[in-house]
Amino acid sequence: MVQVFPYAVGDAMSQTPIYTEYHPRWYRRRTSTYWWLRRPSYLVFILRELSSLFVAWFVVFTLLQIHALKEGPDGYQRFLDWSKSPLVLIGNSIALFFVVFHAFTWFQLAPQAMVVRLRGKRVGAAWIAGANYAAWALASVLVAWIVLRE
Amino acid sequence: MADTITLRVTRYRPERETEPTFQEYQAPCRKDWVVLDALNYIKDKVDGTLSFRWSCRMGICGSCGMTVNGEPKLTCATFLTDYAPGPVRVEPLRNFPIVRDLVIEMSAFMHKLVQVKPWIIRVDEKPLSAGEYLQTPEELDEYKQFSMCINCMLCYSACPVYGLDPHFIGPAAIALAQRYNLDSRDQGARERLDLLSDRTGIWGCTFVGECTKACPKNVDPAAAIQRYKLRAALEWFKSFLMPWGTR
Repeated sequence: MVQVFPYAVGDAMSQTPIYTEYHPRWYRRRTSTYWWLRRPSYLVFILRELSSLFVAWFVVFTLLQIHALKEGPDGYQRFLDWSKSPLVLIGNSIALFFVVFHAFTWFQLAPQAMVVRLRGKRVGAAWIAGANYAAWALASVLVAWIVLRE
Repeated sequence: MADTITLRVTRYRPERETEPTFQEYQAPCRKDWVVLDALNYIKDKVDGTLSFRWSCRMGICGSCGMTVNGEPKLTCATFLTDYAPGPVRVEPLRNFPIVRDLVIEMSAFMHKLVQVKPWIIRVDEKPLSAGEYLQTPEELDEYKQFSMCINCMLCYSACPVYGLDPHFIGPAAIALAQRYNLDSRDQGARERLDLLSDRTGIWGCTFVGECTKACPKNVDPAAAIQRYKLRAALEWFKSFLMPWGTR
């Protein structure tokens, strides 16, 4: 039989906890606000989470572009001029870095989440990550072809 | 006499201290000694009041998990020479209340283990006369990795999500649930779904991946959780498309 103390499963300790001879007074450590600086892998994780903001920014940027298209040639030219301004360029460069970082970290993690079997055997991690990168490259080439063709 | 190494060990004696302190001990740094050997040396020869948990000394029982130089480790599998010339910092597992010295309180974890129903659930029980539930080697391979867990709680100690939210069911318990969900003899996946697809279940996990790095038995709890997320999302989608079908 497992005895469950409410404060052991996360509930707050009462003001007057009952101590016994064998469980006199537990010491509960608080997680520091800066826990994510404690080790590099935690920091990479937090940066990956943060990168979602930049992904969202590119969605907003695309919506603004579509909106500008709707306003005709003048409106679109205004959008292009605005997007050439140093502030937007710097912002977009930072956003691009984070979006690439986001994609890269997720492709590295993909083999853990995906179980693919071929003829009864599990496909290796390198193949799954490789397939993701290949799809990424293919999609990039396709977009580049559409954008750059005369 | 071999060289010695200094161990900085957490002391917490609730009857006389309000918070943990460190105490330094000297122990022989032998080539074949692990951190647990040094702790046992201290307990036997230097200071009998030092408290810590251990049992098998061979990575099976999962009792001797501690934080060694900031990393969650089984102290029976952590060699002193890897930390020479020292000092080695030995602390209790993180994210758990400390009862005394290196001993942590684990009833929350034990409670979570029971909650995920880690046993084979059958909807249609076969009579004994029908024989065993047979399984092919491929079916065994499906879940075998997740069955290697020794409940050492290193993954909970490594998990920042658990550190921030003690209600999170956590890596080992979810991996154990997945061990049964993937077992071809088990029919209890639906019974486990509600608890596991809750906010404190798989969706609490943000895929930091530290549980997998900390695991001494290569269980890969992070993979178990991500695979379960995929499954839960598909279940939700199915019940959304066919509300009359699945429930």
